[in-house]
Amino acid sequence: MATPPIPTPKPQEPIIRVRGLVNRFGEQVVHEGLDLDVMPGEIIGVVGGSGSGKSVLMRSIIGLRTPDEGEIEVLGIDARSEDAVVRRQIESNTGVLFQDGALFSSLTVGENVQVPLKEYHGEIPDSLRYELALLKIKLAGLPADALDKLPSQLSGGMRKRAGLARALALDPPLLFLDEPTAGLDPIGAAAFDRLIRTLQQALGLTVFLITHDLDTLYAICDRIAVIADRKVVVCAPMAEVEKFDHPWVQEYFHGPRARAAREAREASQDT
Amino acid sequence: MTTSSAPSAPPPKIEIDDAQPSRLRLSGRWTLEFATQIGDRLCELPRSATVVDATGVERLDSMGVLQLIRFARRNGLDFDGFVFREDHRALVAAIEDVPDDRPKRRREFGFNAALARLGVAVTHDWKEFLALIAFFGETLVKLLRMIKEPGRFRPIATVHHMEQVGLDAVPLVALLSYLVGAVIAFLGSTILKDFGAQIYVVELVNIAFLREFGVLMTAILIAGRTASAFTAQIGAMVSREEVDAIRTLGMDPIDLLVIPRVLALVIMLPLLTFVAMIAGLLGGLTVGAYGLDIPPQQYIARMEDTMELRHFLVGLSKAPVFALVISLIGCLEGLRVEGTAQSVGERTTSSVVQAISLVIIIDAFAAIWFMQMGV
Repeated sequence: MATPPIPTPKPQEPIIRVRGLVNRFGEQVVHEGLDLDVMPGEIIGVVGGSGSGKSVLMRSIIGLRTPDEGEIEVLGIDARSEDAVVRRQIESNTGVLFQDGALFSSLTVGENVQVPLKEYHGEIPDSLRYELALLKIKLAGLPADALDKLPSQLSGGMRKRAGLARALALDPPLLFLDEPTAGLDPIGAAAFDRLIRTLQQALGLTVFLITHDLDTLYAICDRIAVIADRKVVVCAPMAEVEKFDHPWVQEYFHGPRARAAREAREASQDT
Repeated sequence: MTTSSAPSAPPPKIEIDDAQPSRLRLSGRWTLEFATQIGDRLCELPRSATVVDATGVERLDSMGVLQLIRFARRNGLDFDGFVFREDHRALVAAIEDVPDDRPKRRREFGFNAALARLGVAVTHDWKEFLALIAFFGETLVKLLRMIKEPGRFRPIATVHHMEQVGLDAVPLVALLSYLVGAVIAFLGSTILKDFGAQIYVVELVNIAFLREFGVLMTAILIAGRTASAFTAQIGAMVSREEVDAIRTLGMDPIDLLVIPRVLALVIMLPLLTFVAMIAGLLGGLTVGAYGLDIPPQQYIARMEDTMELRHFLVGLSKAPVFALVISLIGCLEGLRVEGTAQSVGERTTSSVVQAISLVIIIDAFAAIWFMQMGV
């Protein structure tokens, strides 16, 4: 089943536009008038305290949650639309990595990666589809024999890489990552950061990255959006965000862990 | 540049350079959506091509690069000699670097392999059977320990399960037993009518329900309802590491999770059986009154004359045994769940199937035994 191709985004127009987003859970208001622009080709890190609504924001943009108010535009298309064709357009051009990979537990890694390929491009011959899946798995940093393994046979880090391979199966221009380095050891986390940066440069991706990991924010993010007080209070490169005058921002970026991360980044830049 | 039906999506094209016939120029979009056209174009090419100029490609993705690599390999061309546009080179480099090693096929075919698999399955089933017996033993030991150390008993948990397993099941058991009682009465009456002996329907429903159907129906219903519930509850706890947490806190999962459930079912299943028996007899009574012209007073009078305590005891005596089997299987399968969603589903199915099968097998053996004993 072919879907109409999306228009090529112009470099200066945002690939994601959020205006006036409101999300409520009963009496609790998580977002109130939230605005955000994500520019094509950038890696944007989204941070905020626990419960500030980072995952809710991501789910609203992808379409897993209908916001109470607000406009969302993804790839120039109205993301709030219920039209099946429009939804398919957005879904076939977005890749999502959930927190623990969210791999289908009854399929092997190879079959998992082939699921989006079969769904949107069933006309591709089996051998070609198999090779493309193998390619994605290796691009994500997994060994070739992971192809035939079940998700329960993989470690946490390998599951995330397999989830990444599936998210990239269709070469989507837009990639969402929900806390990709959570639970990874420092070596694994650094390797994952490098992988995201390499793939972003090679495939020209725009990456929406939710994270708590200060090392990730310093190492690979072009801009950082801070969610506090139910809005995005600042969305700018790290140098500007560090200086932003907001109590939570200051505590987050000037505590001892942040200082260590900054020094590590500066040290690696000097060498 | 030529356009196709979608104005902004030029299809992949290959042109042969007139000046140098061995040079190919690529243009258009070499992406996933055009995978089949790319394949067709590449197959149509003459073998004489040696140099590929891909600078005219408007959009390139990993599928396009993959197919070009395969094309180069098939025709023995040097992929490094392909020329790409500046902004595509990072993609090509990333994909080129990926080595071409494919995993071997695992599954073997043939008679020996099939025999080996059969052997593995038999050993596996034998071990499952042993595990059930071992679990039964462990539970029994811990039950006896609880009698010695009454502090280990958890009254609240036990009563909670008694409510869930017993009280909440009463409407279901009563309704279904009532209907089965009615069906048996109808069934009997179609044969007895030929002899003008409809009144014997009373004995039929009595004996059928008190000896067999009361306890069997209830046990099968409860096996479906409760074995699956126990497996799912305990299995979900296992997959969330709650059972490990119980152990590290110095408590025994058997004391905490299994024994309350086993005791609850052993107490409640006989009571539910009693409810089922009454409901079944009522079902027969209703059919007698409305379908067979046996007035209720006559029906009950005959019931009083012909009912014997031994039938009731035979039926009721099987209830605690069934309860033990159902609850032990439910809990054991729950404790054997591994971490995945699929595993919970598999174990739940397995526990219901095992519980129902064992209940029916035990019932058959019990029927033969009671018959031989002349009870």
